[in-house]
Amino acid sequence: MSREARVGALLALLAAALVALPLAANSYFLSVATLVLYFAYTGQAWNVMMGFAGQLSLGHALYVGLGAYAAAALFTQFGIGPWAGMWLAMALCVAAGVAIGFLAFRFGISGVYFALLTIAFAEFTRIGFDHIGWLGGPGGLFLKVEAHKTTDLANLRGGQTMFYYVMLALAAGAFALCAWLLRSRAGYYWRAIREDEEAARALGINTFRWKLLAVAISAAMTSLAGVFFAFYYNNLFPEQIFHISQSIEIILGPIVGGVGTLFGPILGAAMLTALADALNNLVAAMGWDIPGVKQVFYGVILLLVVMFVPNGIWPPIAKRLGLGRGG
Amino acid sequence: MALLEARALSKSFRGLRAVSGAAFDVPEGGLVALIGPNGAGKTTIFNMAAGVYAPDEGEIVFAGRRIDGLRPHQICAAGVGRTFQIVKPFAGLSVLDNVIVGALQRESGVPGARARALGILDKLGLAAKKDLPASSLTLPDRKRLEVARALATGPRLLLLDEVMAGLRPTECDQMVAVFRELNRGGLTILLIEHVMRAVMALAQQVVVLHHGEIIARGAPAEVVRNPAVLECYLGEDAEV
Repeated sequence: MSREARVGALLALLAAALVALPLAANSYFLSVATLVLYFAYTGQAWNVMMGFAGQLSLGHALYVGLGAYAAAALFTQFGIGPWAGMWLAMALCVAAGVAIGFLAFRFGISGVYFALLTIAFAEFTRIGFDHIGWLGGPGGLFLKVEAHKTTDLANLRGGQTMFYYVMLALAAGAFALCAWLLRSRAGYYWRAIREDEEAARALGINTFRWKLLAVAISAAMTSLAGVFFAFYYNNLFPEQIFHISQSIEIILGPIVGGVGTLFGPILGAAMLTALADALNNLVAAMGWDIPGVKQVFYGVILLLVVMFVPNGIWPPIAKRLGLGRGG
Repeated sequence: MALLEARALSKSFRGLRAVSGAAFDVPEGGLVALIGPNGAGKTTIFNMAAGVYAPDEGEIVFAGRRIDGLRPHQICAAGVGRTFQIVKPFAGLSVLDNVIVGALQRESGVPGARARALGILDKLGLAAKKDLPASSLTLPDRKRLEVARALATGPRLLLLDEVMAGLRPTECDQMVAVFRELNRGGLTILLIEHVMRAVMALAQQVVVLHHGEIIARGAPAEVVRNPAVLECYLGEDAEV
């Protein structure tokens, strides 16, 4: 089988399994799968910036939070549904991302300093939202959950199965978008910038503009995760959604799975989320009370990955399956 | 007619005058070598021509248009390709993908760029290694890749910064043959070179730079007999 055929077969198998999952799984299992897809999606979005274009963001919670608050505010204050609200969410996040990117790239802030800048913006937005009274401030913003028994796709009100399929569609869309981007001019230019920005410039690439594009796309994708978050959990707190731990959780999947690869974010999210949940259950079943066991688990996994497979777990698997270097 | 013209170029770095009033030109279709001892200002001139920084004084005119002060990507688009003295391959990408990045400067789509890149790899003898990651190449191959990538952008003028350094004599001769072939095909070349074997074999004209100033220019055989040139390379007491 050719490489393309093998990748196609793997994708078809994965897609069939995911589409059929609600037939076999109970509501609890489906909620874990939804969470896996959520982190596969946000990981994919983050990967556009870091994995493709080499720009490290440690503040992606900013885009989740802005997206969530934008859509939730439109819904609770004006009765505008998420399918219309997501456009505002995207526009806001693209504007925020481009503003941060413009400041950083215009003034030559790169590497660790760029990462610090992304943290700073997420952090002061978190503090800022604590002081916006009409969005609930630190007390939180809540969406009504009255119609939870019926499926109302237009307003994204419904049961676990609906949310699972919405998240599956988002994750599949992100995967297709990233696969297409990687093969396009943008993919070549981003990877050139990631590897050596000066050489990229000498080859005629306007690195400033292409880096901004990577931030804009990544922010737009992440904002939709925020919209989903708002309508799935029905409550938003600045301390939670803009928190740096949210940013860290987004990037763990792709780092464990393989930065810059298409399957890495999916594999990483599946491993971390599913295993952490299993561990939580195990601990509960044993009757132990260990707060923070999930974080410890993440730390151990991260340590193992950094020590033994620093490029993530997907590249060696891809090699074994004969899928090239994980692309 | 001059394709590239440097007029009274000067550039200082924190008071150190790296280039001082340098003026020279590269004729269309010509092959000119810029030589001089270490620290003479050769790479500084290159970097000004490639847009890494603007000159403090003077002008650079390419194909009748001023390019000093333009950004590197604009200069590339104008038709100037360059290599780096310390090679800068996109290490994580395959050899072919490295060259495709350059070829996208002239092609509207990836398939066209791929075809163009394959042709150039063939010309430089890298076709068999196209699927290897660039990080696995040996130094001579990295230098070839550097040239291939610059060529893929479709330049009218190619700036080569010490591409022969570190090559064995036979490898050096192969490179010389490649550049002679390219030059015969109409490409104008300006090279910085320490390897005199290559300079003597290639250059139609040599420009000698010392302490940021141009001290001699002319045909290679003339220049190497010029007392001022010998002095700057060997010291004033040298006997010839």
